[in-house]
Amino acid sequence: MSERDNIFVRIKEALTLQAPARHGHGLPTIEEQRRVMPPVGQTEAELFELFAKNVTDLRATFKRVKDLSEVAAELRALRDAEKWQRVATHRGAIAESQARELALPLMVVEENSEKHELEQCDVGITECDALVAQTGTVLVTSRTAGGRALTCLPPHHVVLARREQMVPDLPAAMQLVQQKFGDKYPSMISFITGASRTGDIERILVLGAHGPKQLTIICCDA
Amino acid sequence: MSSPAAQFKADAKRMTADLRHRATIQTAMGKYEVVRDQRKRWFQDWEGARTLAARTKYEAVNGLDAHLTQFTQKLEARGTKVHWASTGPQACEIILGILKAKNAKVVVKSKSMTSEEIHLNGALEQAGVEVVESDLGEFIVQLRGEPPYHLVFPAMHLTRDEIKDVFEKKLHDAPSNDPEELTMVARRQLRRKYIQADVGITGANYAIAETGMIAITENEGNARLTAALPKTMITLMGIEKILPRYEDLALFLPMLAVMGTGQALTCYNTMYGGPRQSDEADGPEEFHVVLLDNRRTLVLADVEQRDALGCIRCGACLNVCPVYRNVGGHTYGTVYGGPIGSVITPRLRDLQDWKHLSYASSLCGACTETCPVGIDIHHHLLRNRRNASAPKTGKPSWWQCQLFKIYGVIAARPGLWRLITKLGRFTQRFHGLVKGTALDPAQAWTKTRDLPPIARQSFREWWKEQGAHE
Repeated sequence: MSERDNIFVRIKEALTLQAPARHGHGLPTIEEQRRVMPPVGQTEAELFELFAKNVTDLRATFKRVKDLSEVAAELRALRDAEKWQRVATHRGAIAESQARELALPLMVVEENSEKHELEQCDVGITECDALVAQTGTVLVTSRTAGGRALTCLPPHHVVLARREQMVPDLPAAMQLVQQKFGDKYPSMISFITGASRTGDIERILVLGAHGPKQLTIICCDA
Repeated sequence: MSSPAAQFKADAKRMTADLRHRATIQTAMGKYEVVRDQRKRWFQDWEGARTLAARTKYEAVNGLDAHLTQFTQKLEARGTKVHWASTGPQACEIILGILKAKNAKVVVKSKSMTSEEIHLNGALEQAGVEVVESDLGEFIVQLRGEPPYHLVFPAMHLTRDEIKDVFEKKLHDAPSNDPEELTMVARRQLRRKYIQADVGITGANYAIAETGMIAITENEGNARLTAALPKTMITLMGIEKILPRYEDLALFLPMLAVMGTGQALTCYNTMYGGPRQSDEADGPEEFHVVLLDNRRTLVLADVEQRDALGCIRCGACLNVCPVYRNVGGHTYGTVYGGPIGSVITPRLRDLQDWKHLSYASSLCGACTETCPVGIDIHHHLLRNRRNASAPKTGKPSWWQCQLFKIYGVIAARPGLWRLITKLGRFTQRFHGLVKGTALDPAQAWTKTRDLPPIARQSFREWWKEQGAHE
């Protein structure tokens, strides 16, 4: 017998006896989850307000702009303020074209995923799958945000989001993933909540442990 | 070598007298408590959330065979290689086999308590592989040659000066004792390693049966990079890490963050469901998942303690435990310290050798009260005591029997009882002369504590005085 079989024999044998369910049993419904979880607002304005507050508390930056020309203006301002030299992005409806407008050496990860080069970039500009108001979270995947390293290796991660990507809470975000991808999940799905951080030295918060030191989220209304 | 019990006693004695250590831990725990409580209030109904989490874990653990089958089928369908190990050495051998096939020289690792459990680093180093821990706390304790101090905060017991010292000694790079500068030293060192490493090894916080994914919760991004840059990714996990459905994460991700670190959500909560897919820019070419039993099925077979398999390793019970806070994490002498460690270690290792951990508890129940998945922790400690002391004869020891016989004689005779208590009240006046010395019959207690004085008046005497009801 294989070790798999041995383990299953032991599991099945163990489960012939029933354990008491001291806290009840049965998987909770999404409504039950929502009744206990942190409250979120009803209207879109409330959701944006909550998201912005959460992002500020996380020491990340949230900008809401009217159209793509304003997105480009925000990016240019960041480029000049931080003196970006090299930019990384991925193929996407808006990320690549926005990144090109910066007129800097550009790395598009689908064409070149050389990790040494990606590490030299000052910023990773990506799209996302959703924004979660409840926690100030950005949802990205390896299919829709340029693989695994782009959202984590460069020191500054800039997320370009669209207004309709805002979802109220985590249960909605989980539902969205399942509806969007069905059985064909990307190999990585990541919920990013603020820039990389650690408290491992005397519980003192330090931003930029291994991943990005800065996270900027620009949400475009049109 | 001393027995685990003797080692525990010696270390506990030393650590409880170490006031600097206690101050460090109290400061860290104090900060944690404030944010944890804020976050609990952020939930609409925290107690309700605990019940839902307990229910979810009940379904997960009690349907483990079906969930594991579904989990591994889904994983394999998308190109992941699944391995099974009954014991720690088997798991090490499987991982070594993968490393050999890849001719791997450098391995970067993100935090995994399960790998500590099976002493994976030792096995890999013995085979000549360089293993680099990438979680900052783990990186620090690895440099010091120590095991992690805490499930969530491995270097919690160290001050910034001690960390600066070890960086200076081992890395020759420690500009100051500023936490930010020290963190940047580790960042620079490890970035090189992620890029250089042939294989990345991670743990897992959850295994989602429905979709065939593992989920990793972290703050630093080290697990993200470990899973992104090396060509081969290996995940080592216990078979009990199952969650039945993807949507269960909506509840478990924030609950783990609240209890673990007092955050709403940790920085990165990431699910991995396979190696790099054809439409993706990067990622490992191979993804291996190693599922470890290592006597977890023994816990499963014990219906009384089966709920202990629901543990999400948040460390909340360690943080509230008055014993843990005084004796410290290393005193337990085991990977899983604190209350939950005292429950499962006698199962995962040996009941008789590790039964002393069940006594390292005041049974105050703070652990059970805080546990986010509702594990009956302090009662399990009592059950361990019972299981450990009900062996061969089924009887207590000879001297215990004699003591209780004498007690029985006194307690059954009210006159004698009165006499003894009066005598005790009288003789206790002279106790101060011998207190804590070898002449003191209560030395075991009074060495480090005060014996409370016997009341000047017994209840019977008081009642009599109130008006001769007798």
